[in-house]
Amino acid sequence: MSPQIRMINDIAVQFQHQAPDAAAAAIAEHIRAFWDPRMRAELMRRVDSEPEMLDPIALAAARLLTTG
Amino acid sequence: MSLLKEPDLGTPAKPGPATVSLEVDGLPVTVPEGTSVMRAAALSGIDVPKLCATDSLEAFGSCRLCLVEIDGRRGTPASCTTPVAEGMRVSTQTPKLEKLRQGVMELYISDHPLDCLTCSANGDCELQDMSGAVGLRQVRYGYDGANHLDEKTDTSNPYFDFDASKCISCSRCVRACGEVQGTFALTIEGRGFESKVSAGGTDFMSSECVSCGACVQACPTATLQEKSVIQLGMPSRSVITTCAYCGVGCSFKAELRGNELVRMVPYKDGGANEGHSCVKGRFAFGYASHPDRVLTPMVRESITDEWQPVDWDTAILFTAAKLRDIQSRHGVGAIGGITSSRTTNEEVYVVQKMIRAAFGNNNVDTCARVCHSPTGYGLKQTFGTSAGTQDFRSVAKSDVIMVIGANPTDGHPVFASRMKRRLREGAKLIVIDPRRIDLVRSPHIEAQHHLQLAPGTNVAIVNAMAHVVLTEGLVDRSFVDERCEDFDDWAAFIARPENSPEAVEELTGVPAEEVRQAARLFATGGNGAIYYGLGVTEHSQGSTMVMGMANLAMATGNIGREGVGVNPLRGQNNVQGSCDMGSFPHELPGYRHVSDDVVRGVFENMWGSTLQAEPGLRIPNMFDAAIEGSFRALYVQGEDIAQSDPNIKHVHAALKALELVVVQDLFLNETAKFAHVFLPGTSFLEKDGTFTNAERRINRVRPVMAPRTGKHEWQIVAEIAQAMGYPMQYGHPSEIMDEIAALTPTFAGVSFATLDKLGSVQWPCNENAPEGTPIMHMDGFVRGRGRFVQTPFVPTRERSTRKYPLILTTGRILSQYNVGAQTRRTANVAWHPEDVLEIHPHDAEVRGINDGDEVVLTSRVGETSLRAVLADRMPVGVVYTTFHHPVTGANVVTTENSDWATNCPEYKVTAVQVGLRTAPKPVEELQTAMAAE
Repeated sequence: MSPQIRMINDIAVQFQHQAPDAAAAAIAEHIRAFWDPRMRAELMRRVDSEPEMLDPIALAAARLLTTG
Repeated sequence: MSLLKEPDLGTPAKPGPATVSLEVDGLPVTVPEGTSVMRAAALSGIDVPKLCATDSLEAFGSCRLCLVEIDGRRGTPASCTTPVAEGMRVSTQTPKLEKLRQGVMELYISDHPLDCLTCSANGDCELQDMSGAVGLRQVRYGYDGANHLDEKTDTSNPYFDFDASKCISCSRCVRACGEVQGTFALTIEGRGFESKVSAGGTDFMSSECVSCGACVQACPTATLQEKSVIQLGMPSRSVITTCAYCGVGCSFKAELRGNELVRMVPYKDGGANEGHSCVKGRFAFGYASHPDRVLTPMVRESITDEWQPVDWDTAILFTAAKLRDIQSRHGVGAIGGITSSRTTNEEVYVVQKMIRAAFGNNNVDTCARVCHSPTGYGLKQTFGTSAGTQDFRSVAKSDVIMVIGANPTDGHPVFASRMKRRLREGAKLIVIDPRRIDLVRSPHIEAQHHLQLAPGTNVAIVNAMAHVVLTEGLVDRSFVDERCEDFDDWAAFIARPENSPEAVEELTGVPAEEVRQAARLFATGGNGAIYYGLGVTEHSQGSTMVMGMANLAMATGNIGREGVGVNPLRGQNNVQGSCDMGSFPHELPGYRHVSDDVVRGVFENMWGSTLQAEPGLRIPNMFDAAIEGSFRALYVQGEDIAQSDPNIKHVHAALKALELVVVQDLFLNETAKFAHVFLPGTSFLEKDGTFTNAERRINRVRPVMAPRTGKHEWQIVAEIAQAMGYPMQYGHPSEIMDEIAALTPTFAGVSFATLDKLGSVQWPCNENAPEGTPIMHMDGFVRGRGRFVQTPFVPTRERSTRKYPLILTTGRILSQYNVGAQTRRTANVAWHPEDVLEIHPHDAEVRGINDGDEVVLTSRVGETSLRAVLADRMPVGVVYTTFHHPVTGANVVTTENSDWATNCPEYKVTAVQVGLRTAPKPVEELQTAMAAE
């Protein structure tokens, strides 16, 4: 598993108590605040190539990253 | 600053306003109620002769030298034990007193070796001084006292000797060991003429003595004397500076004879330590002059080449050219650096400035990443700032002290002594730790509750405590309503049945009723204070746990006054400072995000450089990017990542993948094996700057000697930046602090001049708080309202299995410090020559392991070998080791798991197996292989 997928899944599980939309938004905000752009770019490549590796909330968050 | 002998007022100060007026030898003086006559006299400028009294200890009244006469009172009371009274008229010098004192002195001298001219304490002996002060001219009893003159000197301790022949049985050492240090290792053995100081009937090294030095400091004669003083002679000048070990940040007088450092003596006016010390700060400074120190810059093209010593200009140009070359080929973001928590604020600041302004990226991180980064995240989310809430003195007002994932008596011993004093006074203690740390049961202290939880279940426990507080109606509603937000959502979450003590009992291993009682005690026992360490942060839920503790503190109203708070015990001397100085890749100095255009603009104007608005790489991300190929060069200031970071094989692979590794350090450490440039650093004795301790106290680090390398570290960094084409020039480190103050609102009032004037200040220090802020969030939280954050318990993915059935947790011990680069190069190795594996006797027995056996420790990422120590302080199923010795390589077995928010590694939970060693040591093999490579 790539570090980016491992990390976003680790983050996602911490937000599972929230409603899915709110959780995805919070995860996306966290990643924008703390991840280097190349990590985000690698995450997006992984999202395209192996989306099944992502927790559903993580996947929703990742997709928010592309839409700003 | 030189202050060799500090004034000694005889007895401790009493709190409160000066309201009691009296006359001493006709001089008026007004002092607080409860002050001793001796102290009042000293404050009026009159020194009453004394031997058993010193102002770091409560009055004892045994030496009978401080007798005085008081108008209207009978007899000659001891001034040390007599409190002042309004209108009292005291006489300290009368013919009657003179005769009595001379008689007392005659008795002392009759059983004391009169070798003053050759005595190591000559010139610093209170017995000698008092003989002069009382006008002793004869000893009617002769000089052949038959009691202790033939006692053999105990030289067993590596740092000080005990010569009983010079003991006057004043009990100062015994009382210092008890009152100040709280160890109670010493006693007076025998009675009458037979009485003598004893380390529990054995020699000092074999006793329970922790070598804090309090007894040596308290001794009025040469009975307890530093070996360095015996060998080198009495010092003649001193420099006040700050210890470079743990985050307590003790102030010391570095005492020199000429230019040679003789001893370090804790400074009574030091805000953090108030005259106390531990074995590391007091004695373990010899590494600074150890022959392993590298004093000349060195370079090499490949890590398989021999090092080539070069001059500074060559090393700096070599480094700058390599960095720029790599950027030209791989991009601006291909390089970065790590700042150190062992260096000064000024040295850290210039490294992060070099990275942001000269490298042109935000790839800067600090070793706090692997220790307290969750503290930064968690406390900022809840309280609004990334720092502990209290000063150390605050613990004296605590009624319930909760210690979570910390072992203060080993890791932060000087603060632990303060804490133990308060516990002896009656404060209640809750310990939350898988191990039965010493604090759980030590002399005159016993924890009311030891929640001996399974590693990795902190969040479940703190949630369960909060659940009890909420569901049993123990919330401080007025505090919450006035000061906090998001309470209702949090309350709904925490009230869920899955957070109850009963629901998590099986998971945590802690009986539900014990959790309930602990929660009730914390909520209702008066001032409740939380102190925590890396046993909180170094978990996959480290940040969640920090927020969970903040929730509990807010729910019980334990924030914003003395005696309460949430207090991280920082591991290294300048962890707080390195974080304050903008060492995180997403934050500029003062914890302001790089994406904030206004803040970034302020820095861009001052620095004359365009700054990146995106966060950079954190340390683990740097390793991943190095292996992946986008990260090519790393500047490492004072951190041994090849030993201290988890999953060492991964770290080594990353370091090998880099084109350039620059190491700035005292020694050729493990990381230097992968380096192309070695820039020799300066020890704390050579540094000029500031450290910021765990209570946000900014202390001056004053140079005791010139840099042995010929350059200060901030100069080296500035010159590399300049060689890369970015102008960075400072004439003095005070100019760096002035720049920090100009850019950082919480430091606006800080300058070297302010620190010299006030001694130290605790940030925020600005126009609102010109003398600093000992306690935060008093009138409101930094973020406005304290924020309750929901903290669901998410177990770590690291689980014990049939193959790896035990859980390894790591920590450190009193005599050693982190990777041991400093303490291993001192006599402290006498206490800890190797890392050992603590294992419960049951776990050992089923594996056929006996105490002292060599065992193999295996995890899914690696294995190492070390000696087993059977310890019932460990719970069944949990083993423990330290990481002070590279040969052990404890981090060979730790994993890549990390805190979800900050990537702080999960050092505290690794599934392992332990077995008797039958094959050669894997670490030896690893090192042999590395050397061959």
